[in-house]
Amino acid sequence: MPEPMLALSGVNTRIGQYHILQGVAFEVPRGGLTMLLGRNGAGKTTCLRTIMGLWRASAGSVRVEGRDTTRLPTPELARLGVAYVPENMGIFAGLTVRENMLLAARAGPPDEKRLEWVFGLFPALRKFWNALAGNLSGGQKQMLAVARAIIEPRRLLLVDEPTKGLAPAIVANMIEAFRELKRTDTTILVVEQNFQFATSLGDSVAVMDSGRIVHTGAMADLAADEGLQQRLLGLSLDAHQ
Amino acid sequence: MKPRFDWIPLALVALVAAAALPLVASAPIWLTLTVAGLAMGMMIFMMASGLTLVFGLMDVMNFAHGVFISIGAYAATSVLIALRGAMHADSLAANLAAMAPAAAAAIAVSGILGWLFERVVIRPVYGEHLKQILVTMGGLIVFEQLIKVVWGPDMIAVPRPQALSGSFILGQAAIERYRVLAVVVGLAVFAAMWLLLNRTRLGMLIRAGVENAEMVESLGYRIRRLFVGVFVAGSCLAGLGGTMWALYQESITAQMGMQVMVVIFIVVIIGGLGSVGGCFIGALLVGLLANYTGYLAPKLALGSNILLMVLVLMWRPRGLYPVGR
Ligand SMILES: Nc1ncnc2c1ncn2[C@@H]1O[C@H](COP(=O)(O)OP(=O)(O)OP(=O)(O)O)[C@@H](O)[C@H]1O
Ligand SMILES: [Mg+2]
Repeated sequence: MPEPMLALSGVNTRIGQYHILQGVAFEVPRGGLTMLLGRNGAGKTTCLRTIMGLWRASAGSVRVEGRDTTRLPTPELARLGVAYVPENMGIFAGLTVRENMLLAARAGPPDEKRLEWVFGLFPALRKFWNALAGNLSGGQKQMLAVARAIIEPRRLLLVDEPTKGLAPAIVANMIEAFRELKRTDTTILVVEQNFQFATSLGDSVAVMDSGRIVHTGAMADLAADEGLQQRLLGLSLDAHQ
Repeated sequence: MKPRFDWIPLALVALVAAAALPLVASAPIWLTLTVAGLAMGMMIFMMASGLTLVFGLMDVMNFAHGVFISIGAYAATSVLIALRGAMHADSLAANLAAMAPAAAAAIAVSGILGWLFERVVIRPVYGEHLKQILVTMGGLIVFEQLIKVVWGPDMIAVPRPQALSGSFILGQAAIERYRVLAVVVGLAVFAAMWLLLNRTRLGMLIRAGVENAEMVESLGYRIRRLFVGVFVAGSCLAGLGGTMWALYQESITAQMGMQVMVVIFIVVIIGGLGSVGGCFIGALLVGLLANYTGYLAPKLALGSNILLMVLVLMWRPRGLYPVGR
């Protein structure tokens, strides 16, 4: 078995007095896109934040490409090639689109070809290159958040609800962008509620409930099994459409 | 799309100055007061600018910031007293030759103290606001006592630069020379900070960190290092501001840091926590208003700052330039 890109085992995370993650265990295989699904409040965001080192696991371990990162500070994780797009996007509103992108490119000025490729995915960013990021629309902010994460090639992308609150046309653009991203050798872990996104892009899937992983498998299998969806997610994925 | 720069707060400064003219009723007096107000504002800005960034970057409320102001002032005064001769010479060059090392000493001493203070006092209480207030208040009191131990409990007279004392006449208005120096130094500091924050990668990181420190870390930057740098730089500026303030007041006491802290907090809140531009405009507003009311209605002078803060917060609850919409 090749080493997985990301492996969690027995991860427990507490926020204050609340015990949120209660023994989360799953693996993200190298390459491809893994979906992390679950009802509201299941612990998906907490899980991504724990992987990123923004919450500390009180027990269990997180491994990135075999390396134990459980206690690693967030900046070190980023330097291992893990990029994070938070649920609230984390855009620097007082900086321009350009400045947001420049900061994300740690290695220096972004490579021209790479930048063109990103502009190809999200043309609005070229148009508003020198605008304040705070003045962008919700969809454009989300595009900037994703673009920041991919301005340099990364090993692993953690993306929290990239289509949340977006208009259908923008969702379609986002799906296309992730389809293109899948062609690179970046491994992607996405938390998402959007049915179309999950089924058209997901290779494998992990489902959370009440701070635990309750199902793992191929996305196609889950997409084909309405009974399972009903049981795991409380409603069939179709209902999200 | 909204424009990149919000001019309204800046226009407010001009508006306050313009509104004071008919009230003061004498153009020369108005000019004198305005220059005095701007000079005062510039000095307050230097003393306050570090505090607003420290708060913005790490959410740390440092009540002990005033320590760096008084320690800087005392260090500078020690140098000025040693170089008394040059200060009393009626030559600008000689005066500056004494003031430059004095300012350098203030910056160095406040900077080193700031570095130590961050390590020993601030670091253990990150993210714990109540402890921060208690511990930094405690720090303020302890250092005030330490100053009394080192320099004695009495007020110390600060040698004044001979060539910069007194006034010159502009039109019919008397303009104090030293105030012009304060305006020039203040503008230079503001310009340097503006360039650093807006034209360099480091500045970009600081602005980003003030908005969302967690995201800066997620992008792979160590926010702690950035914070220590900003804390030390802010302490240095407080030391410089303290030096300018000491020369302006012509005397220093161990309580001076604590006394200016009230005004500094008002300025930082008016400006919008974490905003250097807001801090600058807020300081100018406070300086101008203090001088106009001091002339027009001396009894209101103290209350005018509070009134200004209330009005600004009614208009913009998060300050003139709210950070991170
Ligand atoms: N900062 C916090 N303090 C206390 N409880 C929290 C905090 N953040 C999350 N929780 C709780 O932890 C649980 C999991 O939250 P989390 O945000 O990880 O869920 P989620 O699966 O991402 O939900 P959603 O689909 O709504 O985004 C929820 O019950 C939530 O109320
Ligand atoms: Mg969530």
